[in-house]
Amino acid sequence: MTISLALEQLLNGIQLGVMLFLMSAGLTLIFGVMGLINLAHGSLYMVGAFACAAVAALTGSFWLGLVASLACAAAAGAIVELLVIRRLYDRDHLDQVLATFALILIFSEGTRWLFGSFPLYLDIPPLLQGAVALPGDATYPVYRLAIIAVGALVALGLYLLIGKTRLGMRIRAGESDREMIGALGVDIRTLYTLVFALGSALAGLAGAIVGPLQSVQVGMGEPVLILAFVVIVIGGIGSIKGALIGALLVGITDTLGRLLLPQLLTLFMDPSQAGMIGGAAASMLIYVVMAVILSVKPRGLFPPAHA
Amino acid sequence: MVEPVLQIDNLVKSFGALRATDGITLDLMPGEIHALIGPNGAGKSTLIHQICGTLKQDSGTIRLAGEDIGALSAATRARRGLGRTFQVSSLAPEFSALRNVMLAVQARQGSSFGFFRPVMRDRSLIDPAMAILERVGLSDRARLPAAELSHGERRQLEIAMALALQSKALLLDEPMAGMGPEGSKRLTGFLDTLRQEAPILLVEHDMDAVFALADRISVLVYGRIIATGTVEDIRRDPAVRTAYLGDHA
Amino acid sequence: MVLTRENAVNLTLAVLLLAVPLIASALGQPFYVTLATRIAILALAALGLNLALGLGGMVSFGHAAFFGIGGYAAGILASHALSGEPLLFDLPGTAQMPIIWLVAVIAAGLVALAIGALSLRTSGVYFIMITLAFAQMVYYFAISWPAYGGEDGLSIAVRNQFPGTNTMRPLNFFFVAYAVLLAGIGLFALIRASRFGAALAATRQNEIRVAALGIDPYRIRLAGFVISAMITALAGALYADLNRFVSPSMLAWHMSGELIVLIILGGTGRLFGPLAGAALYVAFEFALGGLTERWQFFLGLILLGVVLFARGGLLGLLAGKTKHG
Repeated sequence: MTISLALEQLLNGIQLGVMLFLMSAGLTLIFGVMGLINLAHGSLYMVGAFACAAVAALTGSFWLGLVASLACAAAAGAIVELLVIRRLYDRDHLDQVLATFALILIFSEGTRWLFGSFPLYLDIPPLLQGAVALPGDATYPVYRLAIIAVGALVALGLYLLIGKTRLGMRIRAGESDREMIGALGVDIRTLYTLVFALGSALAGLAGAIVGPLQSVQVGMGEPVLILAFVVIVIGGIGSIKGALIGALLVGITDTLGRLLLPQLLTLFMDPSQAGMIGGAAASMLIYVVMAVILSVKPRGLFPPAHA
Repeated sequence: MVEPVLQIDNLVKSFGALRATDGITLDLMPGEIHALIGPNGAGKSTLIHQICGTLKQDSGTIRLAGEDIGALSAATRARRGLGRTFQVSSLAPEFSALRNVMLAVQARQGSSFGFFRPVMRDRSLIDPAMAILERVGLSDRARLPAAELSHGERRQLEIAMALALQSKALLLDEPMAGMGPEGSKRLTGFLDTLRQEAPILLVEHDMDAVFALADRISVLVYGRIIATGTVEDIRRDPAVRTAYLGDHA
Repeated sequence: MVLTRENAVNLTLAVLLLAVPLIASALGQPFYVTLATRIAILALAALGLNLALGLGGMVSFGHAAFFGIGGYAAGILASHALSGEPLLFDLPGTAQMPIIWLVAVIAAGLVALAIGALSLRTSGVYFIMITLAFAQMVYYFAISWPAYGGEDGLSIAVRNQFPGTNTMRPLNFFFVAYAVLLAGIGLFALIRASRFGAALAATRQNEIRVAALGIDPYRIRLAGFVISAMITALAGALYADLNRFVSPSMLAWHMSGELIVLIILGGTGRLFGPLAGAALYVAFEFALGGLTERWQFFLGLILLGVVLFARGGLLGLLAGKTKHG
């Protein structure tokens, strides 16, 4: 195994982590501020991807598609929040799980209705095509590096938003004591809609930027959703820092696991078996990591202190 | 020498720089009602949590009938004979008063892994439970869900459940909380009859009840016991007067 | 038994479920017999979950794992019986349902003991997530085991046998499933009325109170979780035999979600809730599916409506509030 392969996979892991961070940040924010489990988050990822693909196909511009994905996902999020999510804040988690599960069905079939069952394709924009050289003989796609850059920017942006703005202050206050900020006169309803829309926009962005790497199809959000839940549980539900660290941990572990586990197992068994069992073990790896972390820190790595 | 039923020695609990429990030593002798009083913030809740097992002490021992229970879980301590009531009534709200007490009887019998006999036809649960409800004066409210009982009735139900456990010692956490004068008088009269069944560590704010019931009083201020003695001793103690009673005595 | 409104509804449901396949069989429409069997089996699966969720308040988002374990037990034992190759420790496969059920139930019970022991140390949303994670682990484990079909699933060439009847006839297999469902309902009722049921229900309502009485909430919940898993696994074994196919989708998280949906549709914690929910769900699927390919869209809308507006599910609507007494 060469350095360049390891480096390439490490970068892939970071890129996966960054994409998971975009998903998880929204999810953890929504849970942290509103106490809501949102299974439909994966659907907003899908909405962003479809919006981007559709607009890019229509206009020929990936960048317009990206703008569309943010706008559509945010709008879809806001509408869903106003119509449905609002009624769920006071309900128990079971009702929230069910209602958002119903939303998944509605979004998935609705998208299938609009776009049909065949996947859409997104092309990498010309600006970001090509590859850069890595140490060793390998190259790494510019686009994937761009994704990592976007993730870093978003992380910075969220840090500034949450830490340095008044909106951020209200969000942080909302996380620690929901009832209190209402009493202090902060418009909770608008705040919640904003937070939900922000989270949805991030999910949509994730879907759009992943679009060129995988195909855009109905149901693409679900595996990512599960991973995002693993991330926020590992990181600590409600913590953006936890989401970042958790996402990078999950992304890198998963990617490197898939590379290394089969190789590790060839020490003990023949290559085809090792490939199979290694693949299975690699799929299970992040869940095992999650279980181990929860057994030591039952509320995740960086649980925010609650009132 | 009679052994205390409950013996707490040098209990310490700190939260960061705050010593909420600052070396508390106290005991509960058989047949007595030992009241624990003190101003708000004195650390009464913290002490109760440690005795009952919902909070782990930093150091010090807690003995029930001679046995060190300091490392046991709350449920295990209850099984060993430590009964308690809650300051804010903690009941199974969907269950009737009867079913709540039946649950306590079942717990005392240690039979919660029985799968086959329906409880509502089990006289070995129903009869003792009804008898206790009769004692506390709730028998005509027995079939109502606990959530529908009045505040005072819920306090009575708390006591009933504690009685059903046939504990070796009872820890009552502000049983008079939220009771009007009538209810308090009745409950005080009732608690007076209990001391021979099980000694009571009574944490209370209601001074009338305390002076009427207590054989001994300990005064807790800033995590320390500043005085222990009979009602008269405490009434006359100048440190207590300053710290707590003010003009009451 | 007192004829309360709820009991009347329950009786009607039980009778309808029996009547429909009898009539369908007489009219030569085996499809409806299969549909009724599917309802009965899904009802049993949801009933198992209801013990943990409705009675015990444990929102398990991973019960698909047990459903799938039951299914794979049936599939693996059947395939070994067919091929004649021995399983572990030279034990042969079998095509006898009672033995298959025993294996399914024991396997699920052991797995549930492990999963439950770890998961029940958490609570709230963490519990939901960790049960989901464990189910995902089982799913990925199953699809990567090519000996038993991997991603493609495992066929059961010939439906397993039940002594005394020819299970290949749809109506006969329905009777088997129906009988098992009734037994399951009976077991649920028994447990709910027992001391254990009282402790479990109390733990759901107020675990601090339960601990203060000397009952260990963790052990009660764990026992409830394991029993619930065993019932769902039994349903899984029957489901595999119904379809003569073990699909990995039995282990997917969608399945866990569906099981929860079945309970909510029918009414959480109600004795016949799972049956009512399964009947509604399969009926929707069938009726709506006949009308449009987009039936899941409408199912989603209906589900949303139920969660937001009809909180007690079907039984809540028909039979009024539960009396706890």
